[in-house]
Amino acid sequence: MVSIGCVIKDPGSTRNNKTGSWRTFKPILDKDKCVDCDNCILFCPEGCVDKEHDIDYDYCKGCGICKVECPVKAIEMIRE
Amino acid sequence: MRKDIMTANRAVAEAVKLAKPQVVPVYPITPQTTISEYLAQFVADGDLDAEYIRVESEHSAMSATLGASQAGVRAFTATSSQGLLYMHEVVYAAAGMRAPIVMADANRAISSPLNIWNDQQDSIVERDAGWIQIYVESAQEAFDSIIMGYKIAENENVLLPLMVCLDGFILTHTVEPVEIPEESEVDEFLPPYAPDHAFLDPATPMSLGTLADPAYYTEARFDMNKALMDSASVIEEVGAEFGEKFGRKYGLIETYKCEDADIILVAMGSLCGTLRAMVDQFRENGDKVGMLRVRSYRPFPYEEINEVIGDAKLAVLDKNVLFGIGGSLYADIKAKCDTNEIYSFVLGLGGRDITPEYIEEVLEITKNPQDKEVYWIGLKGDA
Repeated sequence: MVSIGCVIKDPGSTRNNKTGSWRTFKPILDKDKCVDCDNCILFCPEGCVDKEHDIDYDYCKGCGICKVECPVKAIEMIRE
Repeated sequence: MRKDIMTANRAVAEAVKLAKPQVVPVYPITPQTTISEYLAQFVADGDLDAEYIRVESEHSAMSATLGASQAGVRAFTATSSQGLLYMHEVVYAAAGMRAPIVMADANRAISSPLNIWNDQQDSIVERDAGWIQIYVESAQEAFDSIIMGYKIAENENVLLPLMVCLDGFILTHTVEPVEIPEESEVDEFLPPYAPDHAFLDPATPMSLGTLADPAYYTEARFDMNKALMDSASVIEEVGAEFGEKFGRKYGLIETYKCEDADIILVAMGSLCGTLRAMVDQFRENGDKVGMLRVRSYRPFPYEEINEVIGDAKLAVLDKNVLFGIGGSLYADIKAKCDTNEIYSFVLGLGGRDITPEYIEEVLEITKNPQDKEVYWIGLKGDA
């Protein structure tokens, strides 16, 4: 059963739902091409790119915004 | 205790004042009732310590009421007719989020054609929202039902919103004597709202109005269904406790001379006052007729109805219509009760007076039915 009114009393528990399974295309960063502009960090709607530009595939939904915003085309979208 | 002459609107406002909601969001323009005007006055005069929010629509009125309830306070709003229909989306959300809101609905017809008079189609539209629906017969019962309403809705086994449905004009615009109990008595009966299921508090953070994917949604709806069914016994308990304290006892249904009745007239709301008088008249003429008033339409008290009806023929009078089906009360009784013969009478739509002649026609048809179950009473021309 669910809680009354489907309230969630465990803060941050949305992390339990790994949304990476929604992904059809996976972003792959070529760090040799990367110029550290940090556009991918700023534009990722899910906050899935960390300061080292490593992508968190547990939650990346594969939207491809990072690829579009990358000025040096260092990110490729590969079908899962 | 004091006794005053007042409309049911005024009675509702007086009850709300004593129930002490902390937030009252209302859309103040047509089709709003004078309930909101009285409450505005109470707040302005300092007689009710509440945040009175004049919102820009009924959709916002119910949204703000729901928000207030989920902030952990008692909340009230009132509406009517098109206003209730404009709330529709959030009416469902309020039940799903298990907010024990109490709302008064002045029952009026809905468009089109445009009509501002009484019938019960507006609240029937909301019958499946998960709200408790109480249909009252008098201004006194409207008053009492608001006070009881919060106690029922806030019960830990219920936690659903509750709608007090009072017939527009017939109750809302006519005056009758109403007993107003002392504030201290109401305070004893109705303690302050102290939620622990769903409310905003930085000390115990929680997410409200969440997404439930296919893995959870069915369970959420099942729980609502159970809570609504469980509310039946709470309505009876609270009605009995109210009776002990204030001298007026309430249940899910009310019966009048049904014990030996061959024919039972079934209805909701103020119409039952007319029916009570007609039952006396019919009995003087030798017809064994009784009256069954459904006070709680949701939860639907089919077990209690079953205990009363026996083998009697049922004439169900509805001031609403489910197109192609008949009246809604008829449809529910037909679906859930062990009926012998049952007939549906659609009447009183859009404020058409329900006269003694109409009730005589209902009785006549029930005694000698044609080859059908659903009848529209008082139709003009060739119908």
